[in-house]
Amino acid sequence: MSIKFPIYMDYQATTPMDSRVLEEMVPYFTDTFGNSASRNHSYGWEAEKAVDDARERLANVIGADPREIIFTSGATESDNMALKGVAEMYKTKGKHIITSMIEHKAIIDSAKRLETWGFDVTYLMPGEDGITSTQMVEEAITDETILVSIMTANNEIGVINPIREIGQLCRAHKIIFHTDATQGYGKVPLDVNEDFIDLLSMTGHKIYGPKGVGALYVRRRKPRVRLAALIDGGGHERGMRSGTLNVSGIVGFGKAAQICHEEMEEEGIRLTNMRDKFKATMMESLEEVYVNGHETKRLPGNINLSFPYVEGESLIMGLKDVAVSSGSACTSASLEPSYVLKAMGRGDELAHSSIRFGFGRFTTQEEIDFVAEKTVDVVNRMREMSPLYEMVKEGIDLSKVEWAHH
Amino acid sequence: MAYSEKVVDHYSNPRNVGSLDKKDEGVGTGIVGAPECGDVMKLQVKVSGEGVIEDAKFKTFGCGSAIASSSLATEWLKGKTVDEAQEIKNTQIVEELNLPPVKIHCSVLAEDAIKAALNDYREKQGIPVVGDAKSAV
Repeated sequence: MSIKFPIYMDYQATTPMDSRVLEEMVPYFTDTFGNSASRNHSYGWEAEKAVDDARERLANVIGADPREIIFTSGATESDNMALKGVAEMYKTKGKHIITSMIEHKAIIDSAKRLETWGFDVTYLMPGEDGITSTQMVEEAITDETILVSIMTANNEIGVINPIREIGQLCRAHKIIFHTDATQGYGKVPLDVNEDFIDLLSMTGHKIYGPKGVGALYVRRRKPRVRLAALIDGGGHERGMRSGTLNVSGIVGFGKAAQICHEEMEEEGIRLTNMRDKFKATMMESLEEVYVNGHETKRLPGNINLSFPYVEGESLIMGLKDVAVSSGSACTSASLEPSYVLKAMGRGDELAHSSIRFGFGRFTTQEEIDFVAEKTVDVVNRMREMSPLYEMVKEGIDLSKVEWAHH
Repeated sequence: MAYSEKVVDHYSNPRNVGSLDKKDEGVGTGIVGAPECGDVMKLQVKVSGEGVIEDAKFKTFGCGSAIASSSLATEWLKGKTVDEAQEIKNTQIVEELNLPPVKIHCSVLAEDAIKAALNDYREKQGIPVVGDAKSAV
């Protein structure tokens, strides 16, 4: 079996489309190309049927009703809708929103904008394991709280939050609960009723579907959640999101969801085994390797490791046949280290030395073995070049050093 | 982010990685930067009795551009007198390595490392230091 280089290990960034998804989408470009809102002819009806099928497939994954699936351009838009749509609709009831410091920017930047519109936002700091606990949420709730938004699983460190418990808490307080399930949907079991979820963001391109299409689950009953639309013009999607639907994208999204629904359990086991084996190899072969985030409450296909005394970008440079990402400042355009790792209290040095390895459906054991070996090699080589490693070996306590810097 | 060929070359084949004996009277050691910033450079020079840099070694914790800047610095230092070495400017490093704007600070740190190493040498020799470049303690 030959490996394709560079080896893709960035599955949290995006995923290749499953060929079954692509196949399902093809007829909708030039054959069944109708606008699903065209009421008067079969082109429209057929497109509409395809969209409704997709709705159902998407709903099945999370135990929702198909009518509760609202299509968007992606999870970023879904996140914006959830936050701004709820804020606008419920602002007479209260103006306080709770979220976490390690949400995706789509949530954080939307929350920041709401602050400029007069809302109060509490950004919870996760524990050292990266998890936002129910207790943290509870302590932040006030009489003015109208929305809690906590992600299902974090994209950088892969940790999974206690969604069911948080949902239950919010339901008891009659507060709307939104979860950004971009990384969790189709990968970890979720049920909107058993988990007391009122709003849920999801996207196609993280589940081997197309980019440019996503959805927001919006609860219809017990309680009914209403949103002010962000986009006007035609009243599509029950008035919540106007605009001609991306029929081919939606068909792909639906097929991707269906595959996840059928294969989630088996795939989860396979990926968890591969990930744990990779972690064990790293820990056995190298001194001082840290897992960022909770050891077990994490996505099957993610592991974020810090290699002290080695800077992330230089590590990635050495892993030139592997596509991974780092929490190092150097790899972000702003020179700021990952805000996620910082919020966990990891300290900037460990953030600079972190690498996110993301496995997925098409990752093979051969690829994992190659990457493990290569990583060990490069880390050792970089440590030989590292003044910090040298100092530590000499017995110097790095925390006591007075550094000479600007 | 694509690296210039020269940066890749220095990264893959770094010149003069290693350490000199910092207790040696003729060795000047400069350690600059900080782990929180993601950049720490250790640069050492061995100066002959005539004031000529005979050997230079480096170790760097930092990105490819930081490694290349310090590697290049050690290449340039060898054979220069201490006064000539004092004249090395970060802008020369930027030009030689084609560093993009976002990586210019790596070259600045390399210049700091050179000057800190030279000052450390001067202190050992009882010569007045030049400027305020100093090393971590």
